[in-house]
Amino acid sequence: MDPIHQFNISKIYILGHIGGYEISITNSALFMFAAVFIIVAGMLVATARRSLVPDRAQSVVETTYEFVAGMVRQSAGEQGMKFFPLVFTLFSFILVLNMFGMIPGLFAVTSHIVVTVFLAFVVFLTVIIYGFWHNGLRFLKLFVPSGVPVYILPLIVAIEVMSFFSRPISHSVRLFANILAGHITLKVFAGFVALLGGLGIAGWIGALLPLALTVALTALELLVAFLQAYVFAILTCIYLNDAIHPGH
Amino acid sequence: MEKAHTEAAHEKGPFPPFQKEHFASQLVWLVLSFVVLYALLWKFVLPRVASILAARRTRIESDLAEAAKAKAESEAALAHYEKSLADARANAQAIAAKTHQELAARSEARRKELEAGLATKLADAEKKIEATKTAAMKNVRGIAIDAAGAIVERLTGAAPAKPAVERAVDRAIN
Repeated sequence: MDPIHQFNISKIYILGHIGGYEISITNSALFMFAAVFIIVAGMLVATARRSLVPDRAQSVVETTYEFVAGMVRQSAGEQGMKFFPLVFTLFSFILVLNMFGMIPGLFAVTSHIVVTVFLAFVVFLTVIIYGFWHNGLRFLKLFVPSGVPVYILPLIVAIEVMSFFSRPISHSVRLFANILAGHITLKVFAGFVALLGGLGIAGWIGALLPLALTVALTALELLVAFLQAYVFAILTCIYLNDAIHPGH
Repeated sequence: MEKAHTEAAHEKGPFPPFQKEHFASQLVWLVLSFVVLYALLWKFVLPRVASILAARRTRIESDLAEAAKAKAESEAALAHYEKSLADARANAQAIAAKTHQELAARSEARRKELEAGLATKLADAEKKIEATKTAAMKNVRGIAIDAAGAIVERLTGAAPAKPAVERAVDRAIN
């Protein structure tokens, strides 16, 4: 009945300690491994026949590929395609982890902020490192928009710098909060069904409303699970575009 | 008793996503999973999908090119056919015109030949008529002189001089 219980990390096997930190295989780790396995094995099996006319599974893989490639090309241009593997990895990993969370009884890895913060920092550091490597100091033009009057330039630069450094926070918290809040809401309404159902006939009738809401919320959360993976990927493309073309 | 204790421990701990003691484990496996997933997708999976899509694209392009080639060929064949048709038609017209001219020339020649023949015949006939007429006129003069001589002899009883009768007849005829 506790809506928070679903987010508990449970240790399956304790491996040891590194610098005072306990390293153990947890339910979270198992779902990460499962996601990696399902993505890689699924895509390899679906494309095993390399058909000229694709069957259903191969079609799904091809459509996903074209979808992500189109996203990268549209937001970051043809030069952005060198980051296509990164964006595809982020999108497929987050999508599958989110979808695991939608299966009752399974664990939503992306409801843990340490996971989303890591993923956001991968993008953030990629942007900074590639930005300086590719553009040198011209990368700093990112903070100085052209065509701004000189007397308000210091203010604009301050705002640009602040917004740049708050990116990993919004990037990670958006995914984490959406998945967390969605799962809590779902669990609370589902909990009402069980509570009211225990009160006899009148309770059964009263439970119909939260039951209907739970069904509707499940559909909504499926949408959110996809949408948040998409949003994470498209923001990645937009941030990478800054590293490739900082002058805009 | 044991279960109650662990439940209590959970109650005491912070909100699960903020339990710091699990951060290290999660990060280790996340980094490992992410790197493995990235490497496998980058090295094997995505190039494979890309090669399938590229193969399909080149196949479609080559098929389209082939279709365009076939279309161009059929158009060329059609143009060739139409050209030979037009040539044949022009040829037939030329032959017809030539034949027509030849026939016209031949019939013209025959007509001229015939006309020439007729003209000579006509001229011959006219000559003959003229000759006959002259001969007849000569006879008429002789008869007229004889008849005039006889008439004068009968009326006067004396035969007139021949030259005088001839002169008188000539005057009367002309």
